[in-house]
Amino acid sequence: MSKNRVTRRQFLNYTLTGVGGFMAAGMLLPMVRFGVDPVLQQKGDSDFIATNQKISDLTTEPTRVDYSFEQQDGWYSSEETGTAWVYKDENDKVVALSPVCKHLGCTVNWNGDKANENHFYCPCHGGLYTKDGTNVPGTPPIAALDVFPTKEVDGFLHLGKAEPR
Amino acid sequence: MFNKIYDWVDERLDITPIWRDIADHEVPEHVNPAHHFSAFVYCFGGLTFFVTVIQILSGMFLTMYYVPDIKNAWESVYYLQNHVAFGQIVRGMHHWGASLVIVMMFLHTLRVFFQGAYKKPRELNWLVGVGIFFVMLALGLTGYLLPWDMKALFATKVTIQIVESTPFIGEMLKTLIAGDASIVGAQTITRFFAIHVFFLPAVLFGLMAAHFIMIRKQGISGPL
Repeated sequence: MSKNRVTRRQFLNYTLTGVGGFMAAGMLLPMVRFGVDPVLQQKGDSDFIATNQKISDLTTEPTRVDYSFEQQDGWYSSEETGTAWVYKDENDKVVALSPVCKHLGCTVNWNGDKANENHFYCPCHGGLYTKDGTNVPGTPPIAALDVFPTKEVDGFLHLGKAEPR
Repeated sequence: MFNKIYDWVDERLDITPIWRDIADHEVPEHVNPAHHFSAFVYCFGGLTFFVTVIQILSGMFLTMYYVPDIKNAWESVYYLQNHVAFGQIVRGMHHWGASLVIVMMFLHTLRVFFQGAYKKPRELNWLVGVGIFFVMLALGLTGYLLPWDMKALFATKVTIQIVESTPFIGEMLKTLIAGDASIVGAQTITRFFAIHVFFLPAVLFGLMAAHFIMIRKQGISGPL
């Protein structure tokens, strides 16, 4: 017999709490894992989306490229559309910029403002970006436009998921 | 640690008498399976409650994915069962628990009936118990439609025909529960969902509270 005698009450408390806790955990664990599943679901590597834009048709002038893709949202799938501004830079490298303004998320346009030639212009609050997507200081945006990873497949442009710089 | 927190709260709010009043009561020898093994029949009421708790919890989690809509109901059930972790288990708990709760409740009713435990002064508790019985059956019935598969649809068509056979007010009752005079569809599933998830559980909680308060007030019936 050790010095610390476990009383009958303590013993019952511990065993009943333990068994009860085990049962409650067995019951709750599947449910909690079920509930938090969206947080833990493995997302596949971002797939590239095919567009109808031929790489050879691209110039150094940004062109608007609209594309559509099948979006799977749980049990709901839908046809979604997106836009990119695409051009070839001086090294003949394809640059695809997201049209989502980094200020409050409006859609920017190339040469959208007559007063600012050769800039991306956001009509909502007058945000400006240079051709490479860099935000012009003194206008509302605080960061450069997001960039799409690009890929050429059979001469056509494929876009990945836009990434911030 | 836990004791210190408990003491801190208890010192200010005096919570001990509250839970003592609920938890501290003697279990008479004749209902203790350790003394007489046949006393396990007294467990059925508690088991009904236990399964009911599982039903409530698993149901709460299922509604995180389920959509009560004719276009999405089946799809969302398929998704939660096959693409969400433990989906099959959580839906399985709710599915099998629904049957189990009826079984346990029936055994509990048999015990009370054959022991004559419903007799004076416990007649009111028997009546409340019968109320719980019907609410549980209604929960099973309304939940059956929600997966929106063929079995659910045709079972509900039968249900609605039974309701329709009520004398005089059958037509009205049918429209009341189906939401439309002739279609079992969009309005039916939303109604059944609301009844299954809000109305019946609310009634169930009230009846269960009355059931438990009465049994604590009157105590368990004496030995045979």
